[in-house]
Amino acid sequence: MNTPAYNFAYLDEQTKRMIRRAILKAIAIPGYQVPFASREMPMPYGWGTGGVQVTATILGPNDVLNVIAQGSDDTTNAISIRKFFAKTAGVETTTSTAEATVIQTRHRIPELPLHAGQVLVYQVPIPEPLRFLEPREIETRRMHALAEYGLMHVKLYEDIARFGHISTSYAYPVKVNARYVMDPSPTPKFDNPKMDNCAALQLFGAGREKRIYAVPPYTSVVSLDFEDHPFSPYRFEAPCALCGAEDTYLDEIVTDDRGGRMFVCSDTDYCEGRQAEGHRGSQSAAPQKEAPRG
Amino acid sequence: MYVAVKGGERAIENAHRLLAQERRGDLQVPEVTLAQLSEQLALAVDRVMSEGSLYDRELAALAIKQARGDLIEAIFLLRAFRATLPRFGATEPVDTGRMQVRRRISSTFKDIPGGQILGPTFDYTHRLLDPQLAEGSVPDDPAMAEVSDTATPRVTDILGRDGLIEPSPQADGDEAVGDLTREPLSFPADRDLRLQNLARGDEGFLLALGYSSQRGYGRNHPFAGEIRFGEVEAEFFAEDVGFAVPLGSIELTECQMVNQFKGSASEAPCFTRGYGLAFGQSERKTMSMALVERALRARELGEEVLAPAQDEEFVLSHSDNVQATGFVEHLKLPHYVDFQSELGLLRKLREEFFEANGQSTLKEAAE
Repeated sequence: MNTPAYNFAYLDEQTKRMIRRAILKAIAIPGYQVPFASREMPMPYGWGTGGVQVTATILGPNDVLNVIAQGSDDTTNAISIRKFFAKTAGVETTTSTAEATVIQTRHRIPELPLHAGQVLVYQVPIPEPLRFLEPREIETRRMHALAEYGLMHVKLYEDIARFGHISTSYAYPVKVNARYVMDPSPTPKFDNPKMDNCAALQLFGAGREKRIYAVPPYTSVVSLDFEDHPFSPYRFEAPCALCGAEDTYLDEIVTDDRGGRMFVCSDTDYCEGRQAEGHRGSQSAAPQKEAPRG
Repeated sequence: MYVAVKGGERAIENAHRLLAQERRGDLQVPEVTLAQLSEQLALAVDRVMSEGSLYDRELAALAIKQARGDLIEAIFLLRAFRATLPRFGATEPVDTGRMQVRRRISSTFKDIPGGQILGPTFDYTHRLLDPQLAEGSVPDDPAMAEVSDTATPRVTDILGRDGLIEPSPQADGDEAVGDLTREPLSFPADRDLRLQNLARGDEGFLLALGYSSQRGYGRNHPFAGEIRFGEVEAEFFAEDVGFAVPLGSIELTECQMVNQFKGSASEAPCFTRGYGLAFGQSERKTMSMALVERALRARELGEEVLAPAQDEEFVLSHSDNVQATGFVEHLKLPHYVDFQSELGLLRKLREEFFEANGQSTLKEAAE
């Protein structure tokens, strides 16, 4: 029987070379979706295979990797991907945003501002911002080539006419470097301003759809809007119940079946950091305790 | 007081341990061997090899065992392994006309050179559950005959001699065959990529699409020109020695559909082709594939593209069950961040709705 033997960070060097070329092209044309020969990974499509291939390709032995999903470093898929790289690349892993050189993320941008030299790798399900307006790839590629984004503006305008607001709350479209309209992956629009003029390199990998795109450091990223309806990031108006932060994206935690709920930071590393510094919220626990088993 | 939930890592490990135990089942029942799966669930192995794009019965049997009989999961396991294998090159084109035929039927002619050979088939069996099989039984020896040395030319080649069917497209020997596992698929796709995509495509998806074309959604009047199943030699041209060396033989099923074509201003009326090919004995798959392949040629043949089966982007983008199951099942992953933004937006919209309609939002809360 053929017994498998795997390279550093799983992918073979030929594949990494092919992906590096796609990444370089993506950096050279900010916001443009570069087709690449996505490989079948040992985790399912839709579970971060694009991000995993980008991470596998850029990872070196001295990198420190963090993987977060939904802002948390302890969600099952983030753990699974972190373990995958710990096993196949033997790199140091962390749950700290500041310490990581490579951060693979799903649906969030860390609250702590990223610094130069860091790479943020996004997992992308549907890379095409125009997909739900036009299902055909032949058409959407043509629209990007001609910078023909009228359809997107009409969609946003129709939202305003109907609801009084733009009714897109996540995966909110942006324009990169004043040229390409780009899907920021399904991050809440709260995170959009963090992409603009960011010191870190932002790479986006869509495995199933076979596309890579990038926002180089210090590149303009503008959320689409209208002069009389400017972009506004949504945030539930409350401080974090654990660390008291008033400027972070919050998760709603249902605490009972009688309408009880609380709001806590979605970025667990940021929240824990603040608690360690002595910040407290209304529901702060003193020492950590296991919940009683029912 | 609330403590953020931690412990995902241990939960994963425990879940996988439990899975391993469930996979084995009752320890009093003997464990299945790969040979048992390969011999007695041979058609499952064939399907996993076809859609997994890897001809290796033993690994396919292992994948089925590891996947607890979930064939799409087994196909996924095989594909992920295949992706890591080095590529040495491509084999010479196999000649299905020289196949060691075990089964070969044509529905277009009563008799054909080389004869109709039923071979091992479910066709004409009465689908009555067999209690003998439940207990275990030894089958009778099969009826045998002398090996015939009569050639079995392809039925489409017989039609081709009179020009009644379009010629089979000839591949350009200088141009490498496309490989969608090495280059991303782009549209419009050429025949090589279309056939590769369909050969890897989900049997159920192709079956439904092929069926839809028969029911009028992109009808193209098919006849099963020929279905053949048997062994062919695979050869590899080795640059070092300067000739083709045999790699071994593989089992294939080939289906050639013969379809009506009314002709156009420049083309005389003639039959057209739809092609299906798969590893092992995979008749449903190859027949469905041939129907869909022909339907996808609508644009090329100047037919109106109206039905899903004729829509290249629709079919080729959604045929892969490993991609499809991954994306469908990824909905199991946490989405609470995006859901939270939707929740925020929805609350705002509802508030504005009730204000505009003069109703209190308190009413909603009281319900």
